Amino acid sequence: MSRLITITTSTALALALWQALVVLAALPPFILPGPARVAETLWASRALILEHAGITAAEVLIGLALGAILGGLSAIGLAASPLARRLIRPMMVFSQAIPVFALAPILTLWLGYGLWSKVAMALLIIYFPVTSAFFDALMRTPQHWLDLGRIMGANGPRLMWHIRVPAALPGFASGLRLAAVYAPIGAIIGEWVGASKGLGYLMLLANGRAKIDLMFAALIVLAVFTLLLHMSVDRACRRWLDGTAAG
Amino acid sequence: MRPDAPALTLDGTARIGGLHVFGPLHLTVPAGRITCLLGPSGVGKTTLLRLIAGVDDVTEFTGSITASDDRSLAGRMALMAQGDLLMPWLDVLGNVTIGARLRGEARDRDRAMRMLARVGLEDHAHKRPGALSGGQKQRVALARTLMEDRPIILLDEPFSALDARTRTQMQDLTAEHLKGRTVLMVTHDPAEAARMGHAIHILTETGLEDVTPPPGTVPRPVDDPETLTAQGRLLSRLRAPA
Ligand SMILES: Nc1ncnc2c1ncn2[C@@H]1O[C@H](COP(=O)(O)OP(=O)(O)OP(=O)(O)O)[C@@H](O)[C@H]1O
Ligand SMILES: [Mg+2]
Repeated sequence: MSRLITITTSTALALALWQALVVLAALPPFILPGPARVAETLWASRALILEHAGITAAEVLIGLALGAILGGLSAIGLAASPLARRLIRPMMVFSQAIPVFALAPILTLWLGYGLWSKVAMALLIIYFPVTSAFFDALMRTPQHWLDLGRIMGANGPRLMWHIRVPAALPGFASGLRLAAVYAPIGAIIGEWVGASKGLGYLMLLANGRAKIDLMFAALIVLAVFTLLLHMSVDRACRRWLDGTAAG
Repeated sequence: MRPDAPALTLDGTARIGGLHVFGPLHLTVPAGRITCLLGPSGVGKTTLLRLIAGVDDVTEFTGSITASDDRSLAGRMALMAQGDLLMPWLDVLGNVTIGARLRGEARDRDRAMRMLARVGLEDHAHKRPGALSGGQKQRVALARTLMEDRPIILLDEPFSALDARTRTQMQDLTAEHLKGRTVLMVTHDPAEAARMGHAIHILTETGLEDVTPPPGTVPRPVDDPETLTAQGRLLSRLRAPA
């Protein structure tokens, strides 16, 4: 309950600051519209915004799911095989030197203007954080558990599955929490580069037509979506860790 | 005695990062019996146990660790380490059956439940280690070690967290369950060594001292006069300056 009060209060404070900025700096609505005006637009264009938000949400969620699966498998593969580490890790590190933004036009060229180029963008942006958070945790299994496993006669794959993976799940979870924040960024970049749907597209369109209030309305919906996504991933991870995995 | 329980011999010197830990010393652990090892903190008892278990990667050991049947020790031991090392993501039952799972064998749930009942934890089978007391965790670790049906058992202060009553119960259980196996047990408790040891040794900075164990079958009664005398003798040996 007190948490609800804190959230409400800080939201009210933010809105008040926003309104104060608009009034005190005497900003015209086509530079920065006030919160009331944006809320009005948000309500009036709700069908339009919701339609585009649905597209972006789909891109983000598919990207997140694929990133979790691919990142998880890559981390396990790297942790299991010293050869894979020697060959693939340098490649992964080098790939991080390429700004993901620069790849967006190429992805659009390869995958088209539809959903998949944005999914790929979200995937690209979260793959490394997920993989490295999980991989680092997998490489840091407390030695005494590994010793215990060895004495009990575990082979490599069983040691991985019954000890190293469960012990590393908290690391995987922190990778996923980061991914929940990064994935929407990926999808929006993808939409900016080339799309006919999605919140990123809507924002560009609104900006181009000087509908700044619509742009802000879309921005707020995006922010709220990202926040909710982060909270649900966080909660799901927590529940998962308490439930079947590490506590 | 189990026919597959060999005697162990350790002969050599241990160093960690160039620093002398123990040795040169010669330790024999007779087949199918319980050998108790006492000694001051930091003298190298855990190191010795981990060397025998083959999991010590930091210690440089020069010498030999052999079994009387000349076979390798690997795959024939169970180790109950000084910490409980329970897996926080598994419940008590899962922890007790982790060995079978790690070997890809079927889990014997009934045997595990019986073992939990023997250590007095059948009502806690579905709790996580985080919800247990220190002594309860130690009993889970004991149950997990006893579940491992191995001829050579290494115990590192297995009852250190238990109250006097539970401790003697666990000593009885351990002696009964490990009968005929080759057991090397590290302890700080002279009473425990006097009750449990077929052979008793004290590891000191200068080497290994042998102590004559009291007569009588293991586990000896707690109030047996000869056991109590042996316990007193042990305590004064432990208190004597090296
Ligand atoms: N990983 C390590 N690195 C460096 N030194 C170590 C390491 N492990 C143990 N030592 C040192 O080796 C010596 C023996 O340690 P060990 O744990 O075997 O003692 P112990 O006899 O089991 O003591 P206690 O009764 O307190 O358990 C100690 O002086 C300790 O500081
Ligand atoms: Mg020790």
